[in-house]
Amino acid sequence: MTSFNLMHLQFILTGAMWTVILSVLATLGGGIGGAILALAGISRHRFIRNIAALYITLIQGVPLLVILFLTYFGLPALGFNIEPLAAATFGLSVYVSAFLGEIWRGSLEAVRKAQWEAGECLALTRMQVLLHIIMPQSIRLATPPTVGFIVQVVKNTSLVSAISFIELTRSGQIVNNSTFQPFLIYTIVACLYFAMCFPLSRFSRVLEKKFAISAR
Amino acid sequence: MSDVIVGLKDVWKSFGEVSVLRGVTFDVAKGQVVSIIGKSGSGKSTALRCINGLEAFQSGEIAVDGFNLADETLDLRALRKKVGIVFQSYNLFPHLTVLGNIELAPKLAKRLSPTETRELALKVLGEVGLLDKRDHYPEQLSGGQQQRVAIARSLAMEPTVMLFDEVTSALDPELKEEVLRVIERLAGSGMTMILVTHEMNFARRVSGKVIFMHQGVVHEQGTSEILSNPGTPELVQFVGSNL
Repeated sequence: MTSFNLMHLQFILTGAMWTVILSVLATLGGGIGGAILALAGISRHRFIRNIAALYITLIQGVPLLVILFLTYFGLPALGFNIEPLAAATFGLSVYVSAFLGEIWRGSLEAVRKAQWEAGECLALTRMQVLLHIIMPQSIRLATPPTVGFIVQVVKNTSLVSAISFIELTRSGQIVNNSTFQPFLIYTIVACLYFAMCFPLSRFSRVLEKKFAISAR
Repeated sequence: MSDVIVGLKDVWKSFGEVSVLRGVTFDVAKGQVVSIIGKSGSGKSTALRCINGLEAFQSGEIAVDGFNLADETLDLRALRKKVGIVFQSYNLFPHLTVLGNIELAPKLAKRLSPTETRELALKVLGEVGLLDKRDHYPEQLSGGQQQRVAIARSLAMEPTVMLFDEVTSALDPELKEEVLRVIERLAGSGMTMILVTHEMNFARRVSGKVIFMHQGVVHEQGTSEILSNPGTPELVQFVGSNL
């Protein structure tokens, strides 16, 4: 048993870096999926709306850990070989897309119907109305909850430690196995999570205030 | 009557079980100013909304400047380049400045160049007397000013027909006047206009034709004379209660 040293710290910081990378990838992947789901959710075709709603209901009703097990252990069992990073990114994206899709659909629908009507009466296409009139207004509504949810995503990446991906939590566990100084190590781990989440939370709060003022 | 530009013939429309239009027929000539009056629920706003395809109707015919509204393959966007509409609740785009509101459609729907768009926007903004507010956001304007911007926004599409759906109903009396003045000036310029309105004096002043709707049909129509000498008891009563 060795006591905590710089090498251990470096190992944990590398884990923290992977947590950041995973969070970014999950947000990007989930953002693309969420955008598609949000657009599908306001489609004029009931069938497309129903598919989006079904996906969101299913994913929101399953724990993230189970989604990760399904992608990491389940897909190889079906013959798809998948790296831990790819499995983690895919699983997280599937999860994030369901929530962002719902947040964004709600924000698009929160813009008054009369705005659609006004745009269409000016001979704009549905896509032009969406891009130039509806989306700019819904972004104001969507940004605070979106940033708030990304904070959750950063914390939830800790679950991928369960599929042998060495991110911040897992690297803490590994270091603890050799040093056995759990209080010290998990305090460091906690502080690092806090250092990532706190600026985001503050940012979300600032945005909320800013939009509350401009949306009087 | 000379060149009919908007014609409704036996138009029927119902929302579910409730019939709102029960055989509406009237014509609007080019350059004519027509006021549609009537109690709420008489179908006047619905008739107006049918004219630019905002509401579908079940039977009858509507022709607007060569477009057949009963045709399901009708290119609504082409129609709406010709027919402008202004709503009671202005419906300006809150995230855009006054100029941004006015320039959006000419830029996107008519694909005008930025210079042409700006020229057009300044011209219509001048017509509603709000050149000094060009960089303001809607929330910084009074209701009357917002409604004048909405009128300018419609005019920037250079429509051949303008529809006004109770455009002063949401405004305080002192703000109504400034909007009515703009509409009156527009009427003088030869624009074809159809107004759904509660402003009887205004209707009397500007309209070449007044249409009184009652229970989903055109109950009485004629020159603005009919407001002074109504021919039916229903119009007598309506005019009496709106003085």
